[in-house]
Amino acid sequence: MSISRRRFVVGATVSTAALAAPSILRADTKPKVVVIGGGAGGGTAARYIAKGSKGAIDVTLVEPQKTYTTCFFSNLYIGGFRSFDSITHTYKDLESAVGVKVAHDYAKSIDRKAKVVTLADGSTVPYNKLVVAPGISMKWDSVTGYSADAAEKMPHAWQAGPQTQLLKSKIEAMKEGGTFVMIAPPNPYRCPPGPYERISMVAHVLSKKNPKAKIIILDPKEKFSKQALFMEGWQELYPGMIEWIPASLHGGIKSINPDTGAIETDLDVFKSDVANVIPAQTAGEIAVKSGLANDSGFCPIVPSSMQSQADDNIYILGDATIAGDMPKSGYSANSQAKVCANAVRGALTGSRVFPAKYSNTCWSLVGTDNGVKVGANYEAKPEKITKTSGFISKTGEDAALRKATYEESLGWYAGISNDIFGA
Amino acid sequence: MKIALRDLWPRGFARLAMLILALIASTAAAHAADKTEEELEHARLVRHGAEIFQRCTACHRIGVDATNRIGPQLNNLIGRKAGSIDGARYSEAMKRAGEDGLVWTTTTLDAFLSDPPAFIEGTTMGLRGVADEGERKALIVYLEAFSLGAADIPEIAVTPPRRSDPKPADEIMAIKGDPEFGEYLSGECLTCHQPSGANKGIPSIIGWPTEDFVIAMHAYKTQSRKHPVMRMIAGRLSDEEIASLAAFFQTKTK
Repeated sequence: MSISRRRFVVGATVSTAALAAPSILRADTKPKVVVIGGGAGGGTAARYIAKGSKGAIDVTLVEPQKTYTTCFFSNLYIGGFRSFDSITHTYKDLESAVGVKVAHDYAKSIDRKAKVVTLADGSTVPYNKLVVAPGISMKWDSVTGYSADAAEKMPHAWQAGPQTQLLKSKIEAMKEGGTFVMIAPPNPYRCPPGPYERISMVAHVLSKKNPKAKIIILDPKEKFSKQALFMEGWQELYPGMIEWIPASLHGGIKSINPDTGAIETDLDVFKSDVANVIPAQTAGEIAVKSGLANDSGFCPIVPSSMQSQADDNIYILGDATIAGDMPKSGYSANSQAKVCANAVRGALTGSRVFPAKYSNTCWSLVGTDNGVKVGANYEAKPEKITKTSGFISKTGEDAALRKATYEESLGWYAGISNDIFGA
Repeated sequence: MKIALRDLWPRGFARLAMLILALIASTAAAHAADKTEEELEHARLVRHGAEIFQRCTACHRIGVDATNRIGPQLNNLIGRKAGSIDGARYSEAMKRAGEDGLVWTTTTLDAFLSDPPAFIEGTTMGLRGVADEGERKALIVYLEAFSLGAADIPEIAVTPPRRSDPKPADEIMAIKGDPEFGEYLSGECLTCHQPSGANKGIPSIIGWPTEDFVIAMHAYKTQSRKHPVMRMIAGRLSDEEIASLAAFFQTKTK
């Protein structure tokens, strides 16, 4: 009796000591998650893993930029509907509200065997589970004559930030009656309706400031997302300004000359005053370099968890993935991040793991108070993430509905940016 | 005679109200001569206001048995300090307005209803306001009729606000949700609906009573509500999942 009581007392003393100095004693035993990339996928995953585990998981977000400008709504900035500041966010709330450590550096390499990420400054960050959400890299050689340098003359503006500002300034400075040419990207690419929303926003600006200007889209595709809705809007709002030329008409883009603005196709040489070249894309470089992508350049995942098919300890999110029927969008990445966060927490702390659910909606702005949307639900089938139901705005909708759709997109932007970056 | 009345009473206010309404309708013309022009106008405004009030019933109740729902119950509104009902959910802005001395009168109510966020910046009332002056007047006369000291409590006082959403089966309403599961599922909602309770462009769903939440979600699921995104989201949620979301969101505070 007295022995067992003493044991009890001793045991109690030890546990009190452990509670008194948790940061030292537990630091090494806390499971570690590293998230590469602080966009819609990575930012959401970091928040939901940290928040959901209530401090039981140590979360480090590796993101080189101090501020993040969202690609979604960056077309609205070009169109003059949003300020640059209003689509730019910091990581302060992730640090202060949920305790995510943010390392502002590039992730240079992943040692998958040792489970360590090496940063550009040479420091290393170990992980138990790694979330890779690096977005996209440009396939510069997909357009002959294009390069990172050429993008200073013919911006892609497909990663929001200085590129978006550059394109906007070029559009606004374009000579009267000049020609804006977009080279649209081939599938699969970030934000399927994005190029066509951008055209709408460029037309919106030009129709006011430079009404004799022309807009030409040289498309490597034969059709595009929300095509009927965009074409209806273009005809109504910007009649005669926009010409969309599919691959079957221009016969293929042979080369571009960033110095002269010339764009040569099988059909003709187009002379641009401002060119927006959106090349083909792959998963962000770190994912490709680390052997997480297949021949397509994107990363296969396990539909029920967003786990990499190449590595059980790695989860991949957003534009870098082959997510079955889901498009590459900020909404998709945010949705995938929640499934991933739930799976990661379950794996590391034994918390309940619920079945995967995915959804997406893409709102696009065609003109002032004229919003359209397309969306779908998805479920995790063993072979791929599969669309189960969906909807799309209809042509001929009345102005009130289009306005409501636009206002809803503003609400969505506030909601999702709060969900990723916090208030 | 007494017995007959007692027999009638337990059948409920609704039946009585219908009876009275029918009486009003059928005898209005006959009694027209007995009423002053002013009284007739008042009655007309109350009827009109009752129609306008349907826009408010997603969140507010008024009349016999009215309780706080998403918004506070609205009996005795005129003369009440803003944000002062115990147990009702108010925005910080509304509570502050009350503490700063805002009292609901026909004048302050008119200003608020014409443009709610302009009058109280930060209000979480989802209604954009009643732009039409005549509609606003009728609505205020209607609300006034449920306030203390109302000269003539209207007979339609006992008409329970009609909701257009069909009520799901009792078995569905009785399901007890799992808030932890609801929290996981809520990730999908929070992409658009903000946890702060902000409601610009997209309404707030924070702190909704479970019953209202379940009814609304089933209305989308069964396609009786129209919004395509919500039809899609609700369409694939099981009854248990809806109950779990409701259980989670009820406990969530701004």
